[in-house]
Amino acid sequence: MTPAEILEALTEVRDPEIPVLNIVEMGIVRDVRLEGDTVHVDITPTYTGCPAMRTIEAAIVQTLQARGFQQVVVHKVFREPWTTDWMTDEAREKLRAYGIAPPPPRADEAPELIPLPFSVARGPAVPCPFCGSEQTRQTSAFGATACKALFFCEACQQPFEYFKAI
Amino acid sequence: MNLETLDDALRPALFEYLLRLGDDALILGHRLSEWCGHGPYLEEDIALANLALDCLGHAEALLTLAGEVEGQGRTADDLAFLRDAYDFRNVQLVELPRGDFAFTIVRQFLYATYACLLYKALQQSAFEPLAGIAAKAHKEMQYHLRHSSEWMRCLGDGTEESHRRAQSALDELWMYTGELFEVDDTLRTLTEARIAPDMATLQPKWREQVETVLREATLTVPEDPPYMATGGRHGHHTEHLGHLLAEMQFLQRAYPGAQW
Ligand SMILES: [Zn+2]
Repeated sequence: MTPAEILEALTEVRDPEIPVLNIVEMGIVRDVRLEGDTVHVDITPTYTGCPAMRTIEAAIVQTLQARGFQQVVVHKVFREPWTTDWMTDEAREKLRAYGIAPPPPRADEAPELIPLPFSVARGPAVPCPFCGSEQTRQTSAFGATACKALFFCEACQQPFEYFKAI
Repeated sequence: MNLETLDDALRPALFEYLLRLGDDALILGHRLSEWCGHGPYLEEDIALANLALDCLGHAEALLTLAGEVEGQGRTADDLAFLRDAYDFRNVQLVELPRGDFAFTIVRQFLYATYACLLYKALQQSAFEPLAGIAAKAHKEMQYHLRHSSEWMRCLGDGTEESHRRAQSALDELWMYTGELFEVDDTLRTLTEARIAPDMATLQPKWREQVETVLREATLTVPEDPPYMATGGRHGHHTEHLGHLLAEMQFLQRAYPGAQW
């Protein structure tokens, strides 16, 4: 198998917390290298404390062993830090269809988050993934997982999750 | 430089420094996690648990690296669960009991302002694995800073009661902030090797940012106390750390090597 084929095989590995996305389209897999019989896979965490990372590591090893690779080494890398900009357009559309508002592309020079009042520091409107309305408000900057925030749609009166742009 | 090219002479100081960074994150993360199920309302409960998780993530990365630098085969879990209080290197600020919500928020604000400045500077560290962790942690700590700064304004400029509680927490915590910027031989060695930043340049920035938010929150900057708490970096802790460790380490001490 070539590294490209290994990468293709890794699209079988899902993020356990967002099962509609695989780890390649999320941008978690950073590099795949073949050295002799050993496959090295570099992954980067979405958030350092993300509890899904261990499950993902185990799933990578399992998936590649099922393809006949006895030696699979997963490396956790922090540089460059993961950004939602690495998510493919297809992945964003899958998120929206799943009911999670996808992250917009970050501004080129993302302004440093300095301690400004929320009203100033807040970015553009987040459209509701259900009805598309922009009449939404953030109810909490933190959701059920580190990567998401909680929102509420005033138009269809539905709470929804938003995948934060980082 | 990386783990392979690291000068052996620097290893002891670097190990010590990584324990300081990792223990600050670990102990603060534990204190935040104590709010799980006790937050003032559901969204804030979830927010505090998220902040705790970030801190534990930073601690795991930093303590894993510490173990690799030490080269004795110790893992992040070994360092977190099998050391005693006098081997911990965190500042006393992070080990104080969580107190009321205002106390937790004021501490988080004072610490997050420091951590954002520190992790930003550490992205330039000559020790590449540390620079990588710092880049990641910096992104996450910015959320902590935004969260706690907003709360500082809500509490300080809120009701009479919330103002009183925030001011009292601030007055109580101020004497624990000096330790964040202490410089000793360990730090001097690493600053010289361009692994750690010069803390003297960070302190005035911290002070300025903290004072800006305090002013907006209508809180009074405390006068510098005659005595700043010290000792955490060398293993001298308040009585609170031992109690925290008794709870945090119980399982690994009672059932060594237990996993699930
Ligand atoms: Zn809607």
